[in-house]
Amino acid sequence: MHRIVVLGGGTGGTLAANRLRRALGTSEASVTVVDQDDRHVYQPGLLFVPFGLAHLDEIVRSRRRQLHRDIEYLQDPVDRVDIAERRVHLGSGQVLGYDVLVVASGAVLAPEETEGLTGTGWNEKAFTFYDPEGAVALAGALEWFAEGSLVVNVVEMPIKCPVAPLEFCFLADWFLQQQGVRDEVDLTYVTPLDGAFTKPVASRRLGGMLEERGIELVTEFNTGEVDYSGQRGRIVSYDDREVAFDLAVVIPVHNGAPYVARSPGLGDALGFVTVDDHTLQSSASPHVFALGDAAAVPTSKAGSVTHFEGEVLVENVRRFLDGRPLDASYDGHANCFIETGFSKAMLIDFNYDVEPLPGRFPGPVGLPLMKESHLNHLGKLLFQWLYWHSLLPGRDIPGVHSAMPAGGKDRGELSESEVSTS
Amino acid sequence: MTTDTIAGSEIQLDDEGFLVDPTQWNEDIAVELARREGIEPLTDRHWQVIRFMRSEYEEKGTGPTVRVLGKTSGVPIKELYQLFPKGPAKLAAKIAGIPKPRGCI
Repeated sequence: MHRIVVLGGGTGGTLAANRLRRALGTSEASVTVVDQDDRHVYQPGLLFVPFGLAHLDEIVRSRRRQLHRDIEYLQDPVDRVDIAERRVHLGSGQVLGYDVLVVASGAVLAPEETEGLTGTGWNEKAFTFYDPEGAVALAGALEWFAEGSLVVNVVEMPIKCPVAPLEFCFLADWFLQQQGVRDEVDLTYVTPLDGAFTKPVASRRLGGMLEERGIELVTEFNTGEVDYSGQRGRIVSYDDREVAFDLAVVIPVHNGAPYVARSPGLGDALGFVTVDDHTLQSSASPHVFALGDAAAVPTSKAGSVTHFEGEVLVENVRRFLDGRPLDASYDGHANCFIETGFSKAMLIDFNYDVEPLPGRFPGPVGLPLMKESHLNHLGKLLFQWLYWHSLLPGRDIPGVHSAMPAGGKDRGELSESEVSTS
Repeated sequence: MTTDTIAGSEIQLDDEGFLVDPTQWNEDIAVELARREGIEPLTDRHWQVIRFMRSEYEEKGTGPTVRVLGKTSGVPIKELYQLFPKGPAKLAAKIAGIPKPRGCI
């Protein structure tokens, strides 16, 4: 009997465990999921909380209840993984041996790595919507915000869902108009990147959308400190540039789960698990795989990525247990709805090699790509239902597959040099 | 892509001025590339970062980000910005003759 241990009961751990449970009989393998609490947060929902468009009780459910009944669930923090001995040491002292370990413990926020993101001022003048408590606190502050500077700042990449801070800007523009105070508020987006987004076509399109809405864009800004000592707060960069604010929304730096750093060989300098980009097998041990935000692969940290990785990971765990060669087919596919306000959204679809392009998804008659539409907004809303009922149980979503579809994409907007590098 | 004579050698550079072939690099090239970026002279602290960039690239196939540099190179982030103003990871990679660090998306 094979022993499969999954660390993390979030998106990746839950869908991987459920898929593995269905793929392997109970006499073939045991599946155990470990997490430190029983709160499964639908993370895309956090974006809507500050605007009163979602409430925590709608987006938080039990982790345990999302798992197949033949999966063992242990609520216990992970102390460390001993790769050589193939053992997981839990906080309670319990030790789990494994034949396959799936690391799916996500990314954690590390506000303490930036001066000013802990203590006085934090959650008073500067907030984040990247955790449930922060999102609720921000809702309270936004409700009363009627004039001044609202600054949205990404401290450093990588972050979960790299489009979410832009979505926050678009929704803030909409929200402030609804409140009748948009003219009294300066909105500014401050990013360490050299444009609104990383890849040329999407960066131009999203940068244009900020401009249309009168949202100022400050680029190549590496936040070193958030300071509240004056009447207005200041975000200060390492090269001594400053942006003043009355209300700041800051996305702190992210690390992998702390136990990864306590497990020699498992992760990189930030605690993300080093795996092959295409098979998702650890470079440190063939018995270890990782998916989702926990994995150090060069694509977005996003739910869609985790979903697509899950299909490849489950296939590879089966092949590994059978002693067959792995399937190196994960292509970095990501697919994100970008909420743009006024009940519209835009869809982007890309992978390791192909940047986000206009066109339609998944084929020529599908949803419009890189274009705001009401249909995409409905798609984003529908997705929450699919998340709990299809994605987590590990069922396939019709028309949406692991490998990126190329059929509906239009390459006309790429300049010649971008075609060669994208 | 362009070809340029740097410190007496014919060097291929990409559109953003990064070396196409990291094996063409030597210390004289680093000095010249740094001078073009307004960094003169290269101090021991600069060299510590440049050598660290090259060893990371040789080991991992990509240069580290600023945050990783700050955690692992022995030079704190604040100082990295003094040594390589604006974008330390990008600039140090250019001078160290390795490709532009892979962007995160």
